Amino acid sequence: MMSYIVDRRLNSKDKSAVNRQRFIKRYKKHIKKAVADAVSRRSITDMERGESISIQQGDIDEPSFGHAEGGYRARVLPGNKEFKAGDRIQRPAGQRGGGSGQGQAGDSGEGMDDFVFQITQNEFLEFMFEDLELPNLVKRELASVETFKIVKAGISEEGTPNQMNVVRTMRSAYARRIALGAKKKRRRREILDLLESTDSADDSSRVMLQDELKLLEKKLAGIPFIDDFDLKFNVNRKEPQPSSKAVMFCLMDVSGSMDQRTKDIAKRFYILLYLFLQRNYQHTEIVFIRHHSTAREVEEEEFFYSRETGGTVVSSALKLMQEIIADRFPAEEWNIYGAQASDGDNWTNDSPICYKLLADDLLPLLQYYCYIEITDRGHQELWQYYEKLAESQGDAFAMRGIEDYSDIYPVFRDLFCRESASRAEQSSQ
Amino acid sequence: MTDKLLSVGSDWTFEFIEIYDREIARIAKKYQLDTYPNQIEIIRSDQMMDAYASVGMPIGYNHWSYGKQFLNVERGYKRGQMGLAYEIVINSNPCIAYLMEENSMTMQALVIAHACYGHNSFFKSNYLFKSWTDADSIIDYFVFARNFIAQCEERYGAAEVEELLDSCHALMHYGTDRYKRPYPISAAEELARQQEREEYVQRQVNDLWRTIPRSNRSRESDEVPRFPAEPQENLLYFIEKNAPLLEPWQREVVRIVRKIAQYFYPQRQTQVMNEGWATFWHYTILNDLFDEGLVDDGFMMEFIHSHSSVVAQPDFDSPWFSGINPYALGFAMMRDIRRICEHPTEEDRRWFPQMAGGDWLENLHFAMENFKDESFIQQYLSPQVIRDFHLFCIIDDDTSDTIDVSAIHDDEGYREVREALALHYNLSTREPDIQIYEIDVRGDRSLTLRHQQSSRKPLNDDTEEVLKHLYRLWGFDVYLFSYDGEEVERSFRVPKKRISLDS
Repeated sequence: MMSYIVDRRLNSKDKSAVNRQRFIKRYKKHIKKAVADAVSRRSITDMERGESISIQQGDIDEPSFGHAEGGYRARVLPGNKEFKAGDRIQRPAGQRGGGSGQGQAGDSGEGMDDFVFQITQNEFLEFMFEDLELPNLVKRELASVETFKIVKAGISEEGTPNQMNVVRTMRSAYARRIALGAKKKRRRREILDLLESTDSADDSSRVMLQDELKLLEKKLAGIPFIDDFDLKFNVNRKEPQPSSKAVMFCLMDVSGSMDQRTKDIAKRFYILLYLFLQRNYQHTEIVFIRHHSTAREVEEEEFFYSRETGGTVVSSALKLMQEIIADRFPAEEWNIYGAQASDGDNWTNDSPICYKLLADDLLPLLQYYCYIEITDRGHQELWQYYEKLAESQGDAFAMRGIEDYSDIYPVFRDLFCRESASRAEQSSQ
Repeated sequence: MTDKLLSVGSDWTFEFIEIYDREIARIAKKYQLDTYPNQIEIIRSDQMMDAYASVGMPIGYNHWSYGKQFLNVERGYKRGQMGLAYEIVINSNPCIAYLMEENSMTMQALVIAHACYGHNSFFKSNYLFKSWTDADSIIDYFVFARNFIAQCEERYGAAEVEELLDSCHALMHYGTDRYKRPYPISAAEELARQQEREEYVQRQVNDLWRTIPRSNRSRESDEVPRFPAEPQENLLYFIEKNAPLLEPWQREVVRIVRKIAQYFYPQRQTQVMNEGWATFWHYTILNDLFDEGLVDDGFMMEFIHSHSSVVAQPDFDSPWFSGINPYALGFAMMRDIRRICEHPTEEDRRWFPQMAGGDWLENLHFAMENFKDESFIQQYLSPQVIRDFHLFCIIDDDTSDTIDVSAIHDDEGYREVREALALHYNLSTREPDIQIYEIDVRGDRSLTLRHQQSSRKPLNDDTEEVLKHLYRLWGFDVYLFSYDGEEVERSFRVPKKRISLDS
């Protein structure tokens, strides 16, 4: 009876993928919460990796009938050292009625680790986007890493047959055949010459020469036309396609009225813009400007989490932005994007100044400027002036009043539409 | 000498695997190991994780719990907590065993001996497996189950099927007849008869719940006979046949879970024996290979290293202790049977008069074929093994302030230790004894369960959750009374809140 040996290594991967998906679907709520926590914890530039999700063991157990601790039970244990029959052992402190469960933890219901697992980068983004209600096309574009260009990167000895470089392979085979065969060919010519020139008698030497000739022919025939190590393959490398630079200005009002939830919404707003820029530019920088009555460039941590009080003068931030552009980001080298979040407060006479600054000085330099106002009160003066801007500068300026995460995406709609249109154009060429 | 070696170096090749398999089969035959044909599958480590996640079913239906299992295995593997080297083997004909490509030749040979000849012969010859499982058709049945459940998902929605499976899984351990021998599973018949059964069962169920008065003669007696007449231990079977509201396809799903539970039932009762048997044979066979000069010292060093970590038994007070290691206990007991036959002491002659000095192979086969863990330990755990393991027995009684040592590894203690350990492997004391006691056929159709406490052990916190699942299947109120002797000690009712009786 012979055993039957099967190589299954080439079978498809991810046999468990369906079950894993179902698990993730079932525990969506937990995962979503973990992702939301991660989003507020992580830096804007650090959204593109998976996350480790932890779910309380109790939420995940499959129930079954079983015994709880208590009652009377006899247990047999290995490794007795000093006990004798009749010994009475004090229970460990704080424990009464029932020794620890034997073997597997699981029936004791205490001190168990959480159930921890990893979700992938794609799943992470997927969960994050879900709140934002992104259209599918946009989701796919942001989540995919496909915006790469394949470039040639030399020649290699290893590769798949479809990558074979025929010219290089044949050249190398030819060289090898010369190297291995030249000496033998030369000798063959000598023998042939000898055989012709000395057609005279001496049979024995003639036979010897003919034998040698046969051997040579055989050896020459044994040189393979193509050998494994002749094979040469093209090597391709993926390179990010866009080759230009972008800078993103995050402007935020940090006066007392902005609470942490508002800032959290704002953060997602910035993340979305950042991811968009990430996809489209090779190099993206971020500048954080916070302002109340004066504006200051700060680090991300300070931008989101430290609080200050004071009046609100929006134009101070715009002016600072203008200065920084002039100083560090010349418009001909950089694609400049601006994103501003605020609760709509502004000092009374400042809004016309903002309008003028944006319309005359900033917007001509910018690719896109978007503004979100996170408030449940009525809009104020700043909003009205910005509305005027939106009318006159439709393409490069977007604004929106926001109450929840799902309101964020529409601000970018034009931006993303433009992008996917131009991409479609490219790919149809 | 070296030219006899089966392989050189630690890398395996298909040729080497064939050679080893042939040699191991030869030695196995010498020891009269009767096996199903083997199907040895070489797989990658991620496939091994899939295999672990599907808990012994090479073809399983989809369910989130297997996804959970997978994530668990994946995490364990990534943290390096598990080697994945041993052995997944499917009780089927042919017997399917997996070899992982990362393993060395030694490990492959070890797994072949352990799984393909050890476990395989156990599956084929142990009485529990012979009477409870049908190796010929199990794979077909898995395929049938997978397809059927996929069809149900298409027709009735994945969410509904998932809920139903959740409920069935919660009762999975209560889906076997413990004492009756079941019909073997036959996939072909299963498929052919499934439709017929749907109609038939539905008709029967309707009959049970018939509300129109049957005839005059049964009228006068108020005493309606209790239904079921006898308490039922197989909850899933009872649900399948009698639940009033289930659709035919739902009954079929209940049946599938029940049948799969039945397939795994023998494995749950023969862990010590099965692993002990397989470990004994990989140990014996590979040593024979060495004695014949077919493998070298390096091979043996690697083998012994791996073998000894498998059969290690940490002491109860060690941080690594997690119960009695079935490999260790089983291996020690199997070896001990051989020892008692070959080199009996005076003590052995007293304890095992029939066996001492007998033919070890015959005795070993007899033990493997006719016992399960509980009875095997009851019959064969010798004073020698009790001493070697330093086994001792403690009494943990929640009415006492102390934990009492009742017996140790000495003359007075052997029997009690053996008794207590055997009892530990008895499924009916390990799992609560819960049976369907009564259906209120003429009234609110409620279902009443009885739990008979063993040694005052209370039910765990899951009980109410499980009852909710039972309620979902049954469709009407479910009661559970937990009895300590004749006294109701605790009672549950679903869907309403628990009512507490004075106790």
